[in-house]
Amino acid sequence: MEEHTAHHAEGHEHHVVPIHVYTWTLIALLILLIATVGAGFIPMPVWLGTVVALAIAAIKTYLVMANFMHVKFSGKLVWLFAAAGFCWLVIMIIFAYADYITRPWEPVPGF
Amino acid sequence: MATQTVAHGEQQRVNYLNWKTTVASWLFTYDHKRIGILYLVSISLFFLLGGLAAAMIRLELATPKGDLLTSDVYNKMFTIHGVLMIFFFLIPSIPAVFGNFVLPMMIGARDVAFPRLNLLSWYFFMVGAVLATIALVRGGIDTGWTFYTPYSSSFAKGEVSLAIVGVFLAGFSSIFTGINFLVTIHKMRAPGMTWFRLPLFVWAMYATSLIQVLGTPVVAITLLLVAIERSLRIGIFDPNLGGDPILYQHLFWFYSHPAVYIMILPGMGVISEVISAFSKKRVFGYHFVAFSSLAIAIIGFLVWGHHMFSTGQSIYASILFSFLTFLVAIPSAIKTFNWMATIWKGRVHWEAPMVYALGFMGLFVIGGLTGLYLAAMATNVHLTDTYFIVAHFHYVMVGGAIMAYLAALHFWWPKMTGRMYPQSWAKLSALLVFVGFNLTFFPQFILGYMGMPRRYHSYPEEWAALNLLSSAGASVLGVGYLLPVIYLVWSLKYGRVVTERNPWGARGLEWELVDTPPDPHNFERTPIVTRPAYDYGHPEEPTGIIPKPRPVVVGGKDG
Amino acid sequence: MSVKEAEVLEHGTSLAHPAHEEILGEQFETLEQQNNAYLIGMWAFIVQEVLFLGAIFAAYGIYRLKYLHEFTLAHKELDWVVGGVNTLVLLASSYTMARAVRAAMQNKHGRQILFLGFTLFFASIFMFNKYVEYSRKYEHHLIPGWGYDAHAIVEHGEKKTILEPTPEGNYRVKLETEKVVTPEEFKQRTQLFMGFYFILTGLHGLHVLVGMIAIGVLIIRAYIDYKKRKPVADYMPVEMVGLYWHFVDIVWIFIYPLLYLIGR
Repeated sequence: MEEHTAHHAEGHEHHVVPIHVYTWTLIALLILLIATVGAGFIPMPVWLGTVVALAIAAIKTYLVMANFMHVKFSGKLVWLFAAAGFCWLVIMIIFAYADYITRPWEPVPGF
Repeated sequence: MATQTVAHGEQQRVNYLNWKTTVASWLFTYDHKRIGILYLVSISLFFLLGGLAAAMIRLELATPKGDLLTSDVYNKMFTIHGVLMIFFFLIPSIPAVFGNFVLPMMIGARDVAFPRLNLLSWYFFMVGAVLATIALVRGGIDTGWTFYTPYSSSFAKGEVSLAIVGVFLAGFSSIFTGINFLVTIHKMRAPGMTWFRLPLFVWAMYATSLIQVLGTPVVAITLLLVAIERSLRIGIFDPNLGGDPILYQHLFWFYSHPAVYIMILPGMGVISEVISAFSKKRVFGYHFVAFSSLAIAIIGFLVWGHHMFSTGQSIYASILFSFLTFLVAIPSAIKTFNWMATIWKGRVHWEAPMVYALGFMGLFVIGGLTGLYLAAMATNVHLTDTYFIVAHFHYVMVGGAIMAYLAALHFWWPKMTGRMYPQSWAKLSALLVFVGFNLTFFPQFILGYMGMPRRYHSYPEEWAALNLLSSAGASVLGVGYLLPVIYLVWSLKYGRVVTERNPWGARGLEWELVDTPPDPHNFERTPIVTRPAYDYGHPEEPTGIIPKPRPVVVGGKDG
Repeated sequence: MSVKEAEVLEHGTSLAHPAHEEILGEQFETLEQQNNAYLIGMWAFIVQEVLFLGAIFAAYGIYRLKYLHEFTLAHKELDWVVGGVNTLVLLASSYTMARAVRAAMQNKHGRQILFLGFTLFFASIFMFNKYVEYSRKYEHHLIPGWGYDAHAIVEHGEKKTILEPTPEGNYRVKLETEKVVTPEEFKQRTQLFMGFYFILTGLHGLHVLVGMIAIGVLIIRAYIDYKKRKPVADYMPVEMVGLYWHFVDIVWIFIYPLLYLIGR
C-alpha cells in the first residue's frame, strides 16, 4: 500500500487497491481470452459451444467487475445494483425464451 | 388581507417562486421545485391535446356510422390520444411533477442528488414531446400507441420514425428521473430518516424508479430497432423479411406492462398520503403497504406475456404468465384493504383531496378486479381487443392514476403556490369526474363483453344506445377535468393566501418544517427526523426538528 | 445515546471540511455523501445500459436459435483475428483505466495523465480496427440496406463445402443438421445477422467514442489540476468514467464470442 492522501478524518474512505491486483486481473483476463478463442475452434455441439463461451465471458465479467470496477471493495448497495442489472436481463431472456422453446411442444402448431 | 401589511414581513419572505423571476431563471433552474412546476405546465398541455383527440373519438362513436372521421383519420386520432396520454402525460405525471416537488422535502433534503440531470431530463422530455407532436400532426401515424410491428414497419404510412425518436427521448428523460430518485432516496435522507420512517409516497416512488431504470431502456432499444428496420429494410421484426413480430411484443411489453405500474404506483403513494392526512391516522399496516409497492414493481416484470395470449405465444408460457398475473392482485389488494382500514375509525375530513382519493379507491378496485378477468386465459381470448380491455385500462389509468394525480394536485397545491382553491368547486369537480367517468367507461365493459372490437370508427346499430351513453358521459368527464383548470388558475390570483405551513394539519417534513411556499433550499438547515411518518397519535411531537446553528468557535479549528 | 448522537441532535451533522468546499455540490452535506451518490448514480446508469444493450443480445439469441444455419455461415465472414486483437486492446485499456483511477485517488496528476493517455491510445487502436473491419464489409457488399448481397457468404460456404446449391436453385446448408433455404431467404437471414453485427458493434463503438471524449476531457482537467498543484482534486469524475469504460469493455467481452467465435 502506498501513502494515503490527507482528509480521511471524517470517514470518507476510498479504497486504493494495490497494483498487483490489477496486474493479475489483466493476466487472468488475457488467459481467458486465449481460452475463449481456443474453445471457438474445438468442434463441439452448438449448444455446448455457446455455454462454454458464455461461461468464460461471465468469468471475465466477474473479474472486471470485482477488481477493475471495485465491486469487491464497495458496499452492499453497489453489489445490489450490479446484481439487479444482471438479474433483470436474465428475467427478460428466460421468460422470452420460455415462449420460443416451448412452442414446439404444443399439441397443434399455433395452438 | 395581508397585502398592505409590509411590516408584517410575511409577504416579503423569499420563496422559491419569487427569489428570481426572469424566464431564464425558470428555464435554467436546478431547483427541484421549479423543475416540478415546469413539468406540471408542460404535461398539462399534452393532457389537453390528448383530451381533444379523445373528444374527437367519442364524438365519432356517438353514432354507429363512421360519418365524422374517415377510418384513416380515426386511426390517427386514437394514436395521438394514446401516444400523448401515455408517454407524455401519464408516465411523467406524478413522478416528474410531485416526485420532483415533494420527494426531496419529504426526506429532508435540499434538492435531488443530481439537479443538473434533473433539468436535462426535462429538456429531453420537451424535445421528445415536440418531435412526437410534430410527427403526429404532420402525416400522423396509425399504429396505435404500441407501435406494433408490422403496422409500424412495413405497412406504416407517415412519420413513425420521427415519433419513435420522440418517444425514445422521452424514455431517457424517464430513466434520468428514475436514476435521480433512486440515488436521492438512498443517499439524501436527513439524519434520523430511516427506511421505515419514510412516507409511503417515497416507497412508491422508489418502486417506480426501479421500473423506470430497469424497464425503459428495453423499450428504447426496441423502438430504435423498429426505426433501424424501417430505414435499412432488415427483417428484425417484419415477417416478410424473415423477422418475428412476436419478438417485438415480448420486448415491448417487458417495459410496457411494468410501465402501467409507473403510472399507478406513484398514485398509490399519493393515496396513502392523502388518506392518512384526512383520516388523521397512521396508515394501517405501514410495512405491508411499503413492501407491496416493491412487490408490485418486481412481480410486474414477470407478467408481460398476458398481453400476448392470442398472438401465437406458446400456451405453456401463457399459463406461466397467467399464473403470475394473478399474483399481482395480492399486493394491490393489500394496499386497498389497508387504506380502508386506515379510514376506519379515523376522523375523516371531507376536503377536496380526500374526495378525489376516495374516488380513486372506487374506480381502482373496479379496474383492478376486471384485470383478473383478463388474466384468465379463457376469458382473455373472448375479451382481447374488445372494449372490455379499453374500459379496464381506463379504469386503472384514468380512474386510478389521473384521480390520484388530481388528489395530489389538490393536496399540495397550497404548498406549491401559497394559495387555496375554493373547496366547494373542487369537491363538485371531483364528483363530476367520478360520475362522468363511470358513465363513460362502464358501458364499455358491457359493449366489450358483447363483442364490440376496439379501434373501429363504425359499429352495428345494436350498440348505439350504450355508445351514446358513453359519449354523453365523456362530456361530463370533460367538464370535470376543465373545472380544476379554471378554479386552480383563478386561485393563483384570487384564492385565499395561505401563509401557515400546514393548512391541512398533516404530518410530514414538507408540512411541518417547510414554509409555504417553500424556501429555495426547502429547510433553513438540514432537519433531524425524530418520529416515524404519520405519527398522528402524538400531535405534540414534531416529525422532525431543525437543529440550532453550530456555535462559531473564534480562532478554533473547525473539524 | 452516545455523545456524538447528542451532538448531532443538538447541532445537526458536521459541516463540510473547508478543503472540500469548492468541490462539494450545495445539495450535499459531506463529500462522502456526494461521492457515494455519484457512485450509486453511475451504477444505476450502468444497470440501465445493461438492459439497453442486453435486449439486443436477447433478440440476437432468439434469431440464432431460429436461423442457426444461416447465422453460422454469415458469422464466418467476421474476422476473428481483428476481433481478438480488439478484445486484447480493450482489456489492456481497462487495465490502464483502472491505474488512472488509482492515480487520481492518490492525487498523482502526472501519472493519471499518463495512464489516461494510454487508455485513449488503446481506444484509438480499437476504433481504427473497427474502421478497417467496416470498410471490408463494405467492399464485400455486406452492409445491410446498402446494396447488400450474400454472394461472398455463398462463395465462402461453397469453398468450405458447408453450403451446396440444390438442383432447384436453393441452398443446402450442412452443419450438424441440414437445412435447405431459398436464395431470397438466405439473403434476408444473413442480412439479419449482419444487421445485428452492425447494430451491436455500432452501438458499442458509439459508447467507445463517447468514452474517448470523456477521457479527453479528464486529461485536460487533470492537466489543469497539475498546473495549479491542487492539493485535493475531485477524483470522482475519473472513477465514474472508469466504471463506464469497464462496462464498455464487458459488452465487448460478450460481443466477441457470441458474434465472432461460436461454431468457428
